[in-house]
Amino acid sequence: MHNKSVAELSRELESGKISSVELTQQFLDRLKQEDGKYNSFITITEEQALAEAKAADELRAAGKATAWTGVPFAHKDIFCTNGVRTTCGSKMLENFVPPYDATVTEKFRQAGAVCLGKTNMDEFAMGSSNESSYFGAVTNPWGLSSGEKRVPGGSSGGSAAAVAARLVPAATATDTGGSIRQPAALCGVTGLKPTYGRVSRYGMIAFASSLDQGGTMARTAEDNALMLNVMAGFDPKDSTSIDREVPDYTATLNEPLKGLKIGLPKEYFSDQLSPAMEEQVRNAVKEYEKLGATVKEVSLPNAKLAIAAYYVIAPAEASANLSRFDGVRYGYRCEDPKDLMDMYTRTRAEGFGAEVKRRILVGTYALSHGYYDAYYLKAQKVRRLIQQDFANAFKEVDVLMSPTSPSPAFVQGEKTNDPVTMYLEDIFTIAINLAGLPAMSVPAGFVDGLPVGLQIIGDYFAEARLLNAAHQFQQVTDWHQREPK
Amino acid sequence: MQWDIVIGLEIHVQLATQTKIFSGSSTAYGAEPNTQANAVDLAMPGTLPVPNENAFRYAVMFGLAVNAEIGRRSMFERKNYFYPDLPKGYQTTQLEQPIVGPGYVDVDLANGETKRVRIHHAHLEEDAGKSLHEDYHGMSGIDLNRAGTPLIEVVTEPDMNSAEEAVAFAKKLHSIVTSLGICDGDMSQGSMRFDVNISLKPKGSDQLGTRTETKNLNSFRFMEQAIAHEVERQMDILEDGGRIIQETRLYNGDRDESRSMRTKEEANDYRYFPCPDLLPVVIDDDFIEDARSRLPELPDARKARFKEQYGLNDYDAGLLSGDAKLAAFFEETVEHGKDAKLAANWIQGEFSARLNAEEKTVAESPISGAQLGDLVVRIADNTVSSAGAKKVFEALWTGENDNVDAIIDAKGLKQVSDTGALEAMVDEVLAGMPDQVAQYQNEEDPKKRKKMLGGFMGPLMKASKGQGNPKLFNEILVKKLGG
Repeated sequence: MHNKSVAELSRELESGKISSVELTQQFLDRLKQEDGKYNSFITITEEQALAEAKAADELRAAGKATAWTGVPFAHKDIFCTNGVRTTCGSKMLENFVPPYDATVTEKFRQAGAVCLGKTNMDEFAMGSSNESSYFGAVTNPWGLSSGEKRVPGGSSGGSAAAVAARLVPAATATDTGGSIRQPAALCGVTGLKPTYGRVSRYGMIAFASSLDQGGTMARTAEDNALMLNVMAGFDPKDSTSIDREVPDYTATLNEPLKGLKIGLPKEYFSDQLSPAMEEQVRNAVKEYEKLGATVKEVSLPNAKLAIAAYYVIAPAEASANLSRFDGVRYGYRCEDPKDLMDMYTRTRAEGFGAEVKRRILVGTYALSHGYYDAYYLKAQKVRRLIQQDFANAFKEVDVLMSPTSPSPAFVQGEKTNDPVTMYLEDIFTIAINLAGLPAMSVPAGFVDGLPVGLQIIGDYFAEARLLNAAHQFQQVTDWHQREPK
Repeated sequence: MQWDIVIGLEIHVQLATQTKIFSGSSTAYGAEPNTQANAVDLAMPGTLPVPNENAFRYAVMFGLAVNAEIGRRSMFERKNYFYPDLPKGYQTTQLEQPIVGPGYVDVDLANGETKRVRIHHAHLEEDAGKSLHEDYHGMSGIDLNRAGTPLIEVVTEPDMNSAEEAVAFAKKLHSIVTSLGICDGDMSQGSMRFDVNISLKPKGSDQLGTRTETKNLNSFRFMEQAIAHEVERQMDILEDGGRIIQETRLYNGDRDESRSMRTKEEANDYRYFPCPDLLPVVIDDDFIEDARSRLPELPDARKARFKEQYGLNDYDAGLLSGDAKLAAFFEETVEHGKDAKLAANWIQGEFSARLNAEEKTVAESPISGAQLGDLVVRIADNTVSSAGAKKVFEALWTGENDNVDAIIDAKGLKQVSDTGALEAMVDEVLAGMPDQVAQYQNEEDPKKRKKMLGGFMGPLMKASKGQGNPKLFNEILVKKLGG
């Protein structure tokens, strides 16, 4: 059963071949047995999962099932879960149990899905390798057989590794600069970052509010569509969520791709990309041509500025968003503070890890008096130029395609002492967050036995088109079916 | 040397919305600590602000009332600083694009002049919580009931030149926001708080001096004292050849002392930037017209009407129109009491004195305008003397009885205006005072004679047990005594 997709499991439950309680127990057993190798979960909620499974079976018996009723999955530990500790990968929230659900969590509850637990992540979603979690690094299921532990990518590396290792068929994830697509690519799974505002941010612990976007991670495009059907939609609790009708994302998966106009941004096929990676991506594009798509080269002239702008804007917002972790109301508080200032400084010094501190300091600096215009304001202007680049490109083509990451999964520890090299991991994904566009990563080949991701970028609210393109590709390829050994 | 005083004000006005500016929890005052703070107010991880439309409506109403431009596109910024009662670690406020742009307020001064004070802008923001430093054995408690209460901060130009002008402006602003119903105006509960910027410059100079800011004054009296105190302090420094340091000061009204809170050099760097959780708010014509249609009669218009409708003089009309509740009380009194001048006198006299003495607001008055109106009727028709009326007022106030006529009857306060009865009393009293009668009749100076009449009034009132109509007594006396 653990090899089946969400869509398949849903059919198994519907046919009565297996109950949700049985299915959930199977996944829990496998999870407890296998996850020692990957450390992809922070919290496993066995008791609660079985209770949810029981309730799901009853709902199904009463004829009130949805596609998700009784299907196991997991949440990235950035989504608040009522009564279940939500750590965001940080010591700061090690024992934080929210008394409320994130909107995304609530929607999955309402759909009857069974949450097995909370997946590991880079602390406060800051990282590209999942090595910054207070709960330890996550290991990529790929490449383990060669004896080397590789990173799963970050920050949704726990979700990506868990899906790749068949511990869950699907998991929620979030993407601020590439944190769904890059780990999906490195773990050989399919991930979607929707348009900014498409999925509510309420209850999703904020890293950089104007960039954070909740999304989906599963093995197939179809399962991503099933997830987005649950997650998408306007939320009155999030003023930046968008009030726009949600289509049925599974309804258009099978539309033919004939006439689809694909743009290849020349800046994304530059010398940062190894020839082996480029070959895999170009082979994938050829498959699209076989499916009837046409291809042309386009230009995103300001793409090279994206990383610099991002590493001003994201830390600036983070520096404010993380101010609330001050030891006053919840979360970690240092022992025996001698006065207020001591409580603030020690709580934050002891509660946050190095990467989080680095970004808070960068952000505080960028916003401070005398530097605001030179950094923050300038970065926002760059952001607008980048948006304009994409708008121009989408006048000519329907979707853009590129590699998701510049290289396959690297060995743990390889880049931890060089933050700038680490930041370059997101070189192909970050501009999409700055523009607020939807994008996917789809398994598209292997280099040195490690998965390679194809990034498909769409115009605002083009999720259905992206899922359709990914699904059609998955009908003629089997990269997404490969299982790590 | 002679100095010009230059004063600008920043006023925090707490908006009387039912719920907070970014969350649905109640803004009611006085609840148990932290019972009116939900996950958003506590800045729990992942929670997000959702703007309260009514706060915008109230801000627009305020803007219209002070002749201001309305910011069609307003934005929120985050103002970053750490304090235990600031849950998010930043205050959400407006900086670059406030909702209310430049405007002005005309203030009537005691000398009869009218002063125009320009409003620089007014912006929406959230209040912080409260730190409680007592009762925790050397530790501090945090109450977040107030966190997220909507405020508008009104910033004036430095257009005021004396404590008197500043206080007159502050009172006018109080009267505007309470008339609009957008603020309850209760300064003891912090509903309005004043920061005063003061500088001195040599008389006639066009160079502004260095200013100080005195923060958080919560009564008109403290504001007046604080300004006088700060003007004197600055004057002493300047006349000794010193230099004013730009700083923020705290004033202690009970001791008439002030101390420095922080200087410009120690000032926080607030690292303002646009709040990414809130989209820009666009105010359209319909919203403005809707707000305009909700504007009640404002103090200036009410004053003009009081003069016109009730024939009040400028002073009385100004006093009675300033406070919306007092104005309503006055109108209720007149409705029942008919005589507007007499009603005005009683409200500004006995009624106000009694409220002040007991530190009560008009809303807390134990007597209604209708009751006072009934009393005014009885004064006007000579049923009770003014001395008797005070006794009736007392009985109403203490709740002894709520009916004016019943009190007059029960206490025997009905004035005797029966001429026959009064004449008999005069005859009797005069018969008992032959010397004084002779003395009066021998006096040639009419002024002295008039004065001597008073000598008969005491015994007459005594004879009538205080119920004789003094005016009639006077007329009869003059007639009986001759010439």
